[in-house]
Amino acid sequence: MKIGVYVCHCGGNISEVVDIKQLTSFAEKQSDVAIVRDNAHMCSDVGRNLVLEDIKKHNLDRIVVAACSPQFHGKTFMDIVKKAGLSPYLFEMANIREQCSWPHFDEPELATRKAKDLVNVGIAKVKLDESLERKSMPIGKRVLVVGAGIAGIQAALDLGDAGFEVFLVEKKPTIGGKMAQLSRTFPTEDCAACILSPKMADVPSNPNITLFTNSEVEKVSGFIGNFEVTINKKPRYVNDNCVSCGICEEKCPVKLPNEFEQGLTTRRAIYVPFEFAVPYKYVIDEPNCIYFQKGKCGNCKKVCPHDAVDFEQKPEKIEIKVDTIIVASGYDIFDASEKKVYGFGTNENVITSLEMERMIVHEAEGRPTRKIGNRIAFIQCVGSRDEQIGNEYCSRICCMYATKLSQLLKRTDPKRDVYVFYTDLRAYGKGFEEYYKRAARTGVKFIRGRVAELIEDPETKKVTVKVEDTLARQIIESEFDLVVLSVGMQPGEGTGKIAEVLRMTRSPGGFLQEAHPKFKPVDTLNDGVFICGCAQGPKDIPDTVAQASAAAARAIRLMNKGEYEVEPITAVVDEDLCSGCATCVSVCPYDAVKTEVKDDKRVAKVNEFLCQGCGSCSAACPSGASQQHWFMSSQLKAMVGAALGEEEE
Amino acid sequence: MIKKIEISPENEKFLKKVNELSGQVITLCEQCGTCSGGCPLVTEMDITPSQMMRIVQLGQKEVLDYKAIWVCASCFTCTVRCPRQIDVSKVAEALRQIILRQAVDHIDIKAIPKEEIACLPQIALVSACRKFTG
Ligand SMILES: Cc1cc2nc3c(=O)[nH]c(=O)nc-3n(C[C@H](O)[C@H](O)[C@H](O)COP(=O)(O)OP(=O)(O)OC[C@H]3O[C@@H](n4cnc5c(N)ncnc54)[C@H](O)[C@@H]3O)c2cc1C
Ligand code: SF4
Ligand code: SF4
Ligand code: SF4
Ligand code: SF4
Repeated sequence: MKIGVYVCHCGGNISEVVDIKQLTSFAEKQSDVAIVRDNAHMCSDVGRNLVLEDIKKHNLDRIVVAACSPQFHGKTFMDIVKKAGLSPYLFEMANIREQCSWPHFDEPELATRKAKDLVNVGIAKVKLDESLERKSMPIGKRVLVVGAGIAGIQAALDLGDAGFEVFLVEKKPTIGGKMAQLSRTFPTEDCAACILSPKMADVPSNPNITLFTNSEVEKVSGFIGNFEVTINKKPRYVNDNCVSCGICEEKCPVKLPNEFEQGLTTRRAIYVPFEFAVPYKYVIDEPNCIYFQKGKCGNCKKVCPHDAVDFEQKPEKIEIKVDTIIVASGYDIFDASEKKVYGFGTNENVITSLEMERMIVHEAEGRPTRKIGNRIAFIQCVGSRDEQIGNEYCSRICCMYATKLSQLLKRTDPKRDVYVFYTDLRAYGKGFEEYYKRAARTGVKFIRGRVAELIEDPETKKVTVKVEDTLARQIIESEFDLVVLSVGMQPGEGTGKIAEVLRMTRSPGGFLQEAHPKFKPVDTLNDGVFICGCAQGPKDIPDTVAQASAAAARAIRLMNKGEYEVEPITAVVDEDLCSGCATCVSVCPYDAVKTEVKDDKRVAKVNEFLCQGCGSCSAACPSGASQQHWFMSSQLKAMVGAALGEEEE
Repeated sequence: MIKKIEISPENEKFLKKVNELSGQVITLCEQCGTCSGGCPLVTEMDITPSQMMRIVQLGQKEVLDYKAIWVCASCFTCTVRCPRQIDVSKVAEALRQIILRQAVDHIDIKAIPKEEIACLPQIALVSACRKFTG
C-alpha cells in the first residue's frame, strides 16, 4: 500500500493557524505513507496535477487530501484520482479548515494537534477503503413538472423546446398561477397579462408538452430514471365540444365570489376562470353546482347548443413514467385575518394587495369594481418579518409591488393622497432603486414605521392608521379611505402536498429546501427532483423565470447523456448476519430496503438505485448486518481509534 | 439644538447592563416603531418607546433622564406586538431599576410632621416610601 498525503494551505486560511511543517512531518511518519506534499491551493490546476503525476510516477494507490470540506471540494479531488486510473473511492478528505483552522483560529498549537488527528483519521480510513465504482443507469427524456404558474410554464417550455417529453400538471382548471392576476409588473411596468398570455398559449401548442389541468399528483414511487407517477384528474364536466360561447353561463342560477378577481366580482357555477385562461374551456364547480348537490337544475346542459356539458364524467387516474421531476408549486399569500390588529375580514376598507392588483386592472379597463377613494395607505410587512405570527423571513416582493401599486394609483389620479408605511424599504434588484425614486417623484409618500393598529370608524367605515414615524419620531394618527395590506408569501398548501408526496425536505420557513444554497440552488436532496419559483422561497418574476430555466437545464444535464452515474455509497446487508427482522425496512425514508426469501431464510435486500446512503438502516440494525459502503464499521472503528490517539508516532 | 454624541466601546457597558437586567437582547430592535405606535401613554412621554430602545442600543446613559421610563404603565401592549419578540416593558423596568438601585431618597420620612402622618392614608405612605426612598 502506498498512500499520498497532500496538505493544503488554502491561501493562508489553514496555514496561518496550523503549522504545516509539523503536520507534514507527522504524516511522513505514518505507516504506508509514501509521499507527503503541501501546496498553497490544492484545488488549483497545479495542486491537482501534483496528485495526478504522483499517482502515475510513484504508483500511489490511496490518497488523503487535508484541506477544506468534502462538500466543497471532495468531487474535485475524486475526479483527479479517477483520472489517474484509481477508484475515486480510494480517497479521503481531512477537513482541516471548517473543522480546524477556522473554529480554532485563536489556538494555533491545539489546532495543529487536531489537524494531525484529523489527518491520522483520514489515513486510518483510507487504508480500509474498498475500490468502489460509480454505476451507470440508463435514463430517458421524460419530465414531470408540478404546478403551472410562470415557473412551471417556463420550465416546461424550455424542456419541450429542447426536445424532452414534458407532463405538466396543474391543480387549477387553468394554467398561469398568480402572475395572471397581476396588473403590471415592477420595475418595468409591463402589463402582466400581455407578457404572460403568449407563454401560456405556447404550452398547448408545444408538441412535446402534455398538459393536465384540474389535476394533482397523488403518488410518486420509484427513483430517478424510473419514477412512477399517479395523476388524479378531476372531471371538468364539460367536454371538448365546448366552443366557449358562454350560453350556459347566462342560464346558471348560482352566483359565487370570483376567486380570480379576489371576490371583487361574481361568477357562475359553470365558468371560465378568466379571459386568457388556458385551456379556454368551461368548467363546472362541482361543490357549488345545484345539479351535483341537489340533483336538480341542469340548465347548462339543456341550453348548450354543442352538447358539451357531460355530468357523467368521472375522475380519472392516469399513470405515467418519468425520469426527472421539477416542482414549481408556488406560494399562497399570507392570510391577513391572522394579523388581528389590522381587522382584515371585518373591515370592508382594509384589503389585500392582490385585491388592489385586480382593482387597478378594472380601473384601467374603465369598469371599476369598487370605490378606491382619495386617501390610500399601504402597510408593509404584513405576515412577513413578524415573529408574533411566526414568519421570520422577508417576502422580498412586497416593498416593490407597493412601490408599483402606489405610483400607478397616483399616476391615474394625481389628486390621490398615497402613503406607504414601511419597516425597511428593500429595493435591492436591478432597476428597483430607480423605480423607488420614480415613485417618490410621482408624489407617493414613504413613511418609515410599522403600523401598530387600525381603528375603524363605525359610521363612516374609514380607517385610522396608528403608527410612529420613526424618522421624525412623531406619532401619526390619520384617517384613510382605503388601507392596503402588503401581504407576504407563504409556502402554499399545494407545495405542502407535493412535498409530502415526494418526501422533500423543507427549510425553516416551510419552503422547499435546496441541496446547497449557493452551488445547488435548484437541486434537492432527492436525486432527480428539482425545484424552482416561489415553492423554493419568496421571489419576484425575473428570479422565478431564471430559476425555472436553471431547473430545466439541471434536469437536461442529467437526462441528455442517456445514462447517469449513481454513488456506490449505499447500504449492503450481510445475509449471514441478517435475522430478517425488517427494522431497516421500517426506518428507510426512501423505501429502498425490502425483505425477500433466499435459501429458506428471510433476509433484507437493498435496492442500490433507490438507496441514498443516509445510513438510517445501518444505525438501526440490531444484528450489525446492515453496513454502508465507504463507511463500514471496521472503518469507523479504525477512525475512532486514530482520533483517540492510537497513533504510530 | 442638535447634540453631538459619542459612540465608543465605553458605551457597550451600559448596553450590556440593560441587556442583563432586562433579559432582552436590545440590539435585536429593528426600530420599526410598532411599540410606540400602539403605546397608550406615548403622548404623555418625552421620548417614544422605540426611541428609548435606540438610545440604549447606542449605550447612552442619558436615557435615564427621560420621564418616559416612569410614564410607562407596564401594560405590555408593546411586548405582545414587537415583531422581534422583545419584551420592551422589561427594558423600561430595567432602566427604572438602575435608578432605584442608586438608592436615592426623594423624601425624608423623619421630616414629615407627626400630625400629617396621623391623617395620611397608610397606603399612600407605604407607596411613597416604596417609590421615593432608596
Ligand atoms: C400582490 C402581488 C404583486 C406582485 N407583483 C409582482 C410584480 O410586479 N413583479 C414581479 O416580478 N413579481 C410580482 N409578484 C410576485 C409573483 O407573483 C411571483 O414571483 C410569481 O407569481 C411566482 O410564480 P410561481 O410559478 O413560482 O408561483 P405561482 O404563481 O403560485 O404558481 C404555482 C402554480 O402551481 C399550482 N400548484 C400548486 N400546488 C400544486 C400541486 N400540488 N399540484 C399541481 N399544481 C399545483 C398552483 O395552482 C399555481 O398555478 C407579486 C406578488 C403579489 C402577491
Ligand atoms: S347544473 Fe350546475 S352549472 Fe349547470 S346551470 Fe345548474 S347550477 Fe349552473
Ligand atoms: S419585501 Fe419589504 S414589505 Fe415585504 S417583507 Fe420584506 S421588508 Fe417587508
Ligand atoms: S435491520 Fe438488520 S437484521 Fe433486521 S432485517 Fe434489516 S439488515 Fe436484517
Ligand atoms: S416593536 Fe420591537 S423591534 Fe419594533 S421598535 Fe419596538 S422594540 Fe424595536
